[in-house]
Amino acid sequence: MDDILAEFLTEAHEGLQSLDGALLSLERNPNDTALLGEVFRTIHTIKGTCGFLGLPRLEKLAHAGENVLGLWRDGALPATAEGISLILAAVDRIKSILLGLQTEGVEPAGDDSAIIAGLDAASLRPPLTASPGPERPALPAAEPTPGSAPQTIRVAVDVLEDLMVLASELVLTRNQLLQIARSEVNSPFTLPLQRLSQITTNLQDGVMKTRMQPIGSAWQKLPRLVRDLAHELGKKITLDMTGAETELDRQVMELIRDPMTHMVRNSADHGLETPAQRRAAGKPETGHITLNAYHQGSHVLLEIGDDGRGLAVGMIREKALRQGLATPAQLAAMSEREIQRFIFRPGFSTAASVTSVSGRGVGMDVVKTNLERIGGVIELRSRPGRGTTFTIKIPLTLAIAGALIVEAAGERFAILQNSVLELVRVGERGGARVEMIKQTPVLRLRERLLPLVPLAPLLALEQPPRAEDATSFVVVTQVGAQVFGIVVDRVFDTEEIVVKPVTPILRDVTMFSGNTILGDGSVIMILDPNGIARATGLSVEGGGELAEAPPRPPLGRGEGERMALLLFRAGPGAPKAVPLGLIARLEDFPAERIEYAGETLVVQCRGSMMPLVPVGACAQMPAPGTRQAVLVFGDGDHAMGLMVDAILDVLEAPLLIERGGERPGFLGSAVIAEKVTEILDCAYWLRQGGADWFGQAAAKDASHPRLLLVEDSAFFRNLVVPALLAAGYDITGAANGREALRLREAGEHFDAIITDIDMPQMNGFQLLRAVRDGGPWEDVPVIALSGRAEPAEVEKGLAAGFTDYIAKSDREGLGLSLRRALQPRHAPAAITAPITG
Amino acid sequence: MPSHSQSMGRAAEMVLSLTVAGQPCGVPVLAVRDVLGPQTITRIPLAPPEVAGSLNLRGRIVTALDLRRRLQLPARPAGQKPMSVVVEHQGELYALLADGVGEVLSLSPAERAANPPTLDPAWKAVCQGVHRLGDSLLVVLDVERLMQIG
Repeated sequence: MDDILAEFLTEAHEGLQSLDGALLSLERNPNDTALLGEVFRTIHTIKGTCGFLGLPRLEKLAHAGENVLGLWRDGALPATAEGISLILAAVDRIKSILLGLQTEGVEPAGDDSAIIAGLDAASLRPPLTASPGPERPALPAAEPTPGSAPQTIRVAVDVLEDLMVLASELVLTRNQLLQIARSEVNSPFTLPLQRLSQITTNLQDGVMKTRMQPIGSAWQKLPRLVRDLAHELGKKITLDMTGAETELDRQVMELIRDPMTHMVRNSADHGLETPAQRRAAGKPETGHITLNAYHQGSHVLLEIGDDGRGLAVGMIREKALRQGLATPAQLAAMSEREIQRFIFRPGFSTAASVTSVSGRGVGMDVVKTNLERIGGVIELRSRPGRGTTFTIKIPLTLAIAGALIVEAAGERFAILQNSVLELVRVGERGGARVEMIKQTPVLRLRERLLPLVPLAPLLALEQPPRAEDATSFVVVTQVGAQVFGIVVDRVFDTEEIVVKPVTPILRDVTMFSGNTILGDGSVIMILDPNGIARATGLSVEGGGELAEAPPRPPLGRGEGERMALLLFRAGPGAPKAVPLGLIARLEDFPAERIEYAGETLVVQCRGSMMPLVPVGACAQMPAPGTRQAVLVFGDGDHAMGLMVDAILDVLEAPLLIERGGERPGFLGSAVIAEKVTEILDCAYWLRQGGADWFGQAAAKDASHPRLLLVEDSAFFRNLVVPALLAAGYDITGAANGREALRLREAGEHFDAIITDIDMPQMNGFQLLRAVRDGGPWEDVPVIALSGRAEPAEVEKGLAAGFTDYIAKSDREGLGLSLRRALQPRHAPAAITAPITG
Repeated sequence: MPSHSQSMGRAAEMVLSLTVAGQPCGVPVLAVRDVLGPQTITRIPLAPPEVAGSLNLRGRIVTALDLRRRLQLPARPAGQKPMSVVVEHQGELYALLADGVGEVLSLSPAERAANPPTLDPAWKAVCQGVHRLGDSLLVVLDVERLMQIG
């Protein structure tokens, strides 16, 4: 095939690709002259070139189309739906001729007279202006090209692919060089290597960019598909597409093109109802199919949804039963969501009738398998009568990925980072522990039981005997709705890797999704969580055991509220954390300033002695010349310091405490920044070092005010109590209103009551009413402490008779309020400064 | 180009000799891409037993096949390091692990014999023929067939 012809084919192909879309939008806006001009020009260009190249069949067809389009463009004829159907038919024919031309090199034989006659008839029908003869002179072609040089050039995909492969190889070689350089001190190569490394990274980024394509290019055919489906099925369908500009790697795009088309087809065929059915259901006749794409981290999220009838759970259940996929008992125990996921099982199709549109044996299982192959996941949301939405999460690129290197039984493996949810260290004292339920290892992680898959036996690796309590790691990963942990012996660092497919003779080994070469030059296998889940029967859709899919713990619920935390290290083991709000300040004392006062360490600070309490093992006086990090609680005269090894970080994180309870001084542990972290029990430590100290102060101070804290959250009690203790109050806790009233019956007396609003059994308002209704506590100030402190709430609270209404986070406000409430009676003499919290 | 095809013809009869558990074998020289000394080989769990693992050949991942296991011969004594003969098969590189690699031999068709009918079926499947070589017999291995495992 000569070059001119090849170039014509490429050009014509590109023009026609955008033509479908343009024609469809023309159908909606028949008077869009710009659009008409564009469509006309495309056909006109094809016609002109065909004449030049001697392609009579194409030329005639294009010419007939051009005539109609010319009349539309000039406003001589309106662009009708029938007319557009004719043009679309002509475009389809042109495409098939082009295809023949591409493979054969000559125009294939064929008869286009029907199409041409149709077009000619359309151009003649209501002749508003002078009859446009077939020999109507062509208008001057296209706009003159602008003087500037073109900003884009056409590059063959093969060239880009080769570049990508070369760039990947370069990255690997660079990593290898860096590894060698690290082992050599003062190597003259260090500097040029760093530069090479930088350039390689830039080159890699650049090459990656050339492979990125807007997802819209994979959507181009969909409007036409939907239009044709709507006609065929007798439905009214509009297709809404957003995020067409979202870019992703073209390799990934090629792989999702078919699944995506299949799902749109499904939505049109199964999802949406007929206009009559929609009317009966009180919905607008026209159904919507929506496509939405957006970036999220290193993933692209793609939503394909419809506002149709939703998945028929009843039918799925019946079919699952009939096909023997589950027993009635299993089905009864399953949630609706789990039942819906049966559609991802092989051979499962819910369509009542097999139509020409779908139900051709290519089911959602194929879609799911294809997606999983490229590291994607598919989720499904469906509500009866409201529609179904599929959400696909796919990696931006398959070429280069971050991987975590782990070890099991002495062998190293890589796990792609984007499939790792978190890492948990197990087996250490105080940390999480692997528990056995009859030979089956599980991990209690926060509020859920995590099934565990030990890697070594799974891969038939001989595990040398390890100590019972040897530390191991759980790599938490998710496949579909199933979260599970892979147990490994060690975790190394992460490395950027180029994923290479495994050799064909290993295709039966499903545990690996690829292999790669590490910086040290060794080959490493990449673990495939999907394969592991399937092999162990964890995958719900893959047949086998039906696994429980516990819902992910909702974030921001109850004690999982986000709060600022100070991370520090003290003694061996996991890092420790304490809510930042409890700490008055951080100090870094030189060892020389720390002295012994009797048994305890103290430091002179702001004119008074502050006791220092060690956390963990650092009980002795720090070595001379060193410095000691100290967390200071309380303020002024009433302060104490906790000695820690090092301050690590301050960060905001949701705090979901898993109660360990074994170690005094710690409330339990939580996973913070992907690390198991022990949460400090401040009240304990204040009592440890400062109890006597505060106690003495209390004994001396007869007017030491007594407070009652009514709060159902133990965690929050632990948060408030230390701050109030440090501020010199004596404090008693109650878990709810009823418990508080029992204290009243027991004859206890308090100077003020601080109460939460939302509590079980008896809430803050009820407690207030009970207190104010008479009895010994009638006149005691009651301060409400609420998670919600919007002005309206505050007003309501004050109107109900609370002395004050304060947000839980406002500890300074609480201090002020307490002082104000206690003023006429007896505020503690020592409290002059606000409680820093 | 007659001279070229003649030289091709001659090359086709040249084999790289190697030994596997004392048995002299040959691999057609045209199939060989590289000969390597002992390499670091990463084991591949769950792979067919013939697959010894994979190794890194100048940035390409090469799957290593242990000829001893492929030919159902006793395992290599501990401590003895195999040599790798790298061959290409359907665009992928494979390393055939042998105990020793000898020289390139030009085999005369006259000395070639068909597989003895009594040959072990496992061997028969991968042998192209047997050549007399002085006192011993050299078995010419068919690379394509060697790759058909699992």
